[in-house]
Amino acid sequence: MRIIDTGEIIKHISEMCIEANHFLSEDMKEVFHKAVASEKSPLGKQVLNQLEENLSIAGNDKIPICQDTGMAVVFISLGQEVYIKGGSLEEAIHEGVRKGYREGYLRKSVVKDPIDRQNTNDNTPAVIHYEIVPGEELKITVAPKGFGSENMSRIFMLKPADGIEGVKQAVLTAVRDAGPNACPPMVVGVGVGGTFEKCALMAKKALTRDINEKSKVPYIHQLEEELLYEINGLGIGPGGLGGTVTAFGVNIETYPTHIAGLPVAVNLCCHVNRHVSRTI
Amino acid sequence: MVRQIQIPISDEDARLLRSGDYVYLTGTIFTARDAAHKRMEETLNRGESLPIELAKNGIYYMGPSPAKEGFIIGSAGPTTSSRMDKYTPRLLDLGLKVMIGKGKRSPEVVEAIIRNEAVYFAAVGGAGALLSKKIISSEVIAYDDLGTEAIHKLEVKDFPVVVVIDSKGNNLYETAVLEYKGI
Repeated sequence: MRIIDTGEIIKHISEMCIEANHFLSEDMKEVFHKAVASEKSPLGKQVLNQLEENLSIAGNDKIPICQDTGMAVVFISLGQEVYIKGGSLEEAIHEGVRKGYREGYLRKSVVKDPIDRQNTNDNTPAVIHYEIVPGEELKITVAPKGFGSENMSRIFMLKPADGIEGVKQAVLTAVRDAGPNACPPMVVGVGVGGTFEKCALMAKKALTRDINEKSKVPYIHQLEEELLYEINGLGIGPGGLGGTVTAFGVNIETYPTHIAGLPVAVNLCCHVNRHVSRTI
Repeated sequence: MVRQIQIPISDEDARLLRSGDYVYLTGTIFTARDAAHKRMEETLNRGESLPIELAKNGIYYMGPSPAKEGFIIGSAGPTTSSRMDKYTPRLLDLGLKVMIGKGKRSPEVVEAIIRNEAVYFAAVGGAGALLSKKIISSEVIAYDDLGTEAIHKLEVKDFPVVVVIDSKGNNLYETAVLEYKGI
């Protein structure tokens, strides 16, 4: 058995909130760079150049990449041989978010009640997803999620007969309808299968995957590539101002499902696809 | 076409800007997003006057991240404009000439833009750090209790935007997409 103190968890989560909002991961920087070279629209190229300059200002001056520093989505993968000492794990996660958003001058974008809408003023609560796994490690992923793209995300409960073509059309519909609102170039996270909530969670998790990592299922890998090609043919382009780079990548996750269903969730993310992982 | 435009904007500039023009704005703009729009609507419904002058002025749909010590403002990029569509035609009819945001607008907003010879600009979404450098002063002038959603008066210099919907109703989001479709 391994003991991990909640104080350590608070410190890590706080640092990860700040890091995620100021620096994009290397894979995202790389696709940005490639996109500038391949974009055919002059205005689109100009937008991409602005976004690259924005990333360097954010890193150098420590100004958040985007003012929407998101609602903090936290994935916890907890080894079943870990004992959490010093209080509630859940409270430690919220405290880490509270501390990170305060000390990092990040925007407080969470309201306490969806109808009454009073700001909680500390960006809590976080949205937390737990997974219990074998072993004695604690893996934390912090993925602050902006709502320009979140608002354009969709779930489709397709029929089995709709098949792979139905999945394709669902993804293209979500991206086409989102257009400029989701701050393209986007990253497209897709969940296929499971139940209503399982496919939504897979779509969210797909966004935290390295953009260069492809599905291990050959036909899904092919679908990811076909969809990326077709999305970039929609003409939406950087900022939605027309162009040939509408998405940086399509990440698809799948799960077994019911004989009667084919759930498809499309979680869109803007070009500021933020996620930081640490293993304690 | 690349243009330098002063804001508050002249009627002539607002009328003559064309969808696709790349514009550097200099002057004063006001921020307002969801909560401030709701409150302005309620103020008008009570027959009271708004905390900002709309005539010839512009609203930037933006809620900044907090400013660090020694900085004028935090990250300051546009939010999605369509959430303000419900409130916008009334503000345009009261004299609002410029809107800066990102994303599509409703047919009602487009009609009100044409009716009032106004202009809708997009700033680049997700470029909040870069855009913060074009803001030379920031002051909360109303609805302080709304935090990031308070109305800020901003002085901007060479603030980069693109005309998306012009006073004739031309819409860059529609035309540009067709140009690059299937390439």
